[in-house]
Formats: sequence, structure tokens, C-alpha cells
Amino acid sequence: MSGTILAWSLLVAQVFLALAMVAATVRLVVGPRAQDRVLSLDAFYVNGMLLLLVFGIASGGRHYFEAALLIALLGFVATVSFAKFLMRGEVIE
Amino acid sequence: MMPDVPEMPAWAALVTAALVLVGATFTLIGSFGLIRMRTFYQRLHAPSLGATLGTLTILSGSIVYFLVLQTRPVTYEVLIGLFITVTTPITFLLLAPATLYRDRFEGRDPLENIKLSRGDDE
Repeated sequence: MSGTILAWSLLVAQVFLALAMVAATVRLVVGPRAQDRVLSLDAFYVNGMLLLLVFGIASGGRHYFEAALLIALLGFVATVSFAKFLMRGEVIE
Repeated sequence: MMPDVPEMPAWAALVTAALVLVGATFTLIGSFGLIRMRTFYQRLHAPSLGATLGTLTILSGSIVYFLVLQTRPVTYEVLIGLFITVTTPITFLLLAPATLYRDRFEGRDPLENIKLSRGDDE
């Protein structure tokens, strides 16, 4: 019984996180300016990382968590360099 | 496709289900705020709901699940939690001044109509 509840809530959580990624994609497409797109890209990778975490709970393996850690690391670097580019016009001076 | 869940105590399954579901709901609300807010400076607040509260609840659900199941160590959850907690404010603190700089460079200062509370010599 409780296993069924857990399986269904994992499924619903995956649907919710996928909808959150769709919402971030909408802002990524329509976002009027560059900083809106950078912000929604940031939200997009955080949502994708959470989706991978839920996949990892559902599958029980270790590999989804490694991928989530990599996404967290590389997404931070990407957003910081985008913000630096918006501020200064180049990333490495 | 239903995930197949191994045998575990009922309380652990229920706690994990509640934490994961609550975290996903917070993240969904935060990402919908990204669509609904009107200006960029309001939009900046919305996704941090998913980046802080959503991440921490889903990670703690995962920690409860794998601590009870004892199939793998939970080092990745701790690392991801630490890293997201540290990096999210840095990201937004870099993005907000960049936007302010761009707005002022184009002659639109979003702060010009805000009255400062400390004296009027600004």
C-alpha cells in the first residue's frame, strides 16, 4: 500500500518537474531580453537536476545522482559566465 | 511507466513520498512565477523557490529513502545540497547588477522612482 503511494507520488513529482521545465522553456523562448533568458536557463537546469534526482530515487541506482551533481556544477559555471558576459561584454578579460 | 519500489517500512515510504511531492510542487510554483511575474526584477525572485526549498525537500526525501534502504551512501545528496545552497545566491547576485547596469546603460533606471528612506541628499 505505502509502496503504491510512493510509486504514484514519484510519478506525479516527475510530471510536476517536467511541467516546471516547460514553464522555464516558455520564458526562455519569449523572454524579452537576454537577462530573462539567462535566468530561465538557470531555473531550467535546476529543474532538470531535480528531475534527475527523482529518477534516481525511482531507479535506486547511483548514476542519476552523479549526473545531477555534474549538472549542478556546470550549470553554475554557465550562469556565472553568462552574467559576467552581460556585465562586461566578455567573459575572460 | 510506474517505478517499481522495493520493500521498505511504511513510514519511510510515506515520508519520502510526501517530501518529494512537496518539493516538486514548490519547484512548479516557482517556475510558473517565472512566467507570471511582469518585470525582470520580480522574476528574479521566483525560481529561487525551487532552487532552495524544492531542492532541499527533494534531497531530504532521497536521504530518508536511501538511509532506510541502505543500498548506497548518501554523499551525493549532501554534496548537491551544499553546492546548490552556496551557488544560488552567487548566481543571482551576479545577474541582478548586470541587469541593473544594462538598464542604466540604456537610460532606464529602475530605481529612479524609489524614494530612499534615509534623508533626501541622495
